[in-house]
Amino acid sequence: MENNILEIQGLCKTYDDFSLQDVSFSLPRGYIMGFVGQNGSGKTTTIRSILNMAQFDSGKISVFGLDSVTDSIAIKERLGVVFDSLYLAEHLNAKQIETQLRPFYKDWDSKEYHSRLKAFNLPEDKKVGDFSKGMKMKFMIAVALSHKPELIILDEPTSGLDPVARDELLDILAEYIEDENRGVLFSTHITADVERIADFVTILHNGKVWYTGTKDDLAADYAVLKGDAKDIPEGVMDKLIGYHNYRNGFEALIRTADLAGLPESLEHEKASIDEILVYIAKEDKHEGHSAHDAV
Amino acid sequence: MKIIIKNKSELPIYEQIEQQMKAQILDGTITEEEQLPSIRQLARDLKISVITTTRVYNDLAEEGFIISVAGKGYFVAPRDNELLRERMLFEMEEGFEKAVSNGRNAGLTDEEIISALRQFLEG
Repeated sequence: MENNILEIQGLCKTYDDFSLQDVSFSLPRGYIMGFVGQNGSGKTTTIRSILNMAQFDSGKISVFGLDSVTDSIAIKERLGVVFDSLYLAEHLNAKQIETQLRPFYKDWDSKEYHSRLKAFNLPEDKKVGDFSKGMKMKFMIAVALSHKPELIILDEPTSGLDPVARDELLDILAEYIEDENRGVLFSTHITADVERIADFVTILHNGKVWYTGTKDDLAADYAVLKGDAKDIPEGVMDKLIGYHNYRNGFEALIRTADLAGLPESLEHEKASIDEILVYIAKEDKHEGHSAHDAV
Repeated sequence: MKIIIKNKSELPIYEQIEQQMKAQILDGTITEEEQLPSIRQLARDLKISVITTTRVYNDLAEEGFIISVAGKGYFVAPRDNELLRERMLFEMEEGFEKAVSNGRNAGLTDEEIISALRQFLEG
């Protein structure tokens, strides 16, 4: 069996105002990958490319070792998707939707579907369009799990969900991934969810991969540095990411490898994924700002 | 086995779990030769990364607290285990080092530190 359940190599796609540039990452079987980045960083475009819902200019995507374009139908049989909004017919109820969907999946498991609906407290005879946001998300998960997918792709499933529903989702994913042949790609900008459960993290920024690797390495490789700007030794300023000076001191992201030899007056602490995203975004503004100043 | 993960702790999650498991193995809460949950089960129960629980079990096995039995899973190592004993001695020495340095920082003489230890041992 191929080792990577999902593999993206050199994905490029140019729009008028935005482009994905050489996006590459891979997810081994048995793990959960958090796919994070600001809104507009290219997460949804990447996901739509994986699902063959968007064409790309160059690059290659393999799912289960199959080509995302030429084998797209075979891939869809084995893939579950959950989007931030319901993609199913809003005017139908859960029973009617099952009748519609069943013919498309040879592994559709009706028993699983109904037991999921029951476990999630989703009424079968209510129009799904009338479900709350949390119920819609759970309904999409019930549908996704009912055809026994090997890979689940979730695009911003937790946006607009209350903490209880988000926690339930994490429970479901933790249960799902107990089977080591499966995989989960989980796009979100609520990084607390990723922080805990994800094995791998890919950070997308302005259409490029800023980081891809294990979450533990990410946590070990970056730190937040704080202190008085006058204590920053010469040459270190260039290594600071998203440097910002406040009234009482400065804050910036730094690679832990660059911490050696810094004066003790500078404090450092571990950086959360949220903080990393914020500093990357600040770095952009900073660069934009100085370019502007030069003019 | 009881594991409490503090998200706000400065300690990485794997270290929090390792510390708690070690303490429970040493004080007998997790009994000798008891079977532990599988790596994936533990990840599911704690809702954390599989990579994190893999690391915990690898570290604990390396330090002699647990053993991996092919095809069966992980078990608490027998107490007379030489590795575990060495590990405990090492941790005792580490504790001494800290205690002595704290004592000296507080201005105690070596004799005073030794008598404080004696008092501690006598309970």
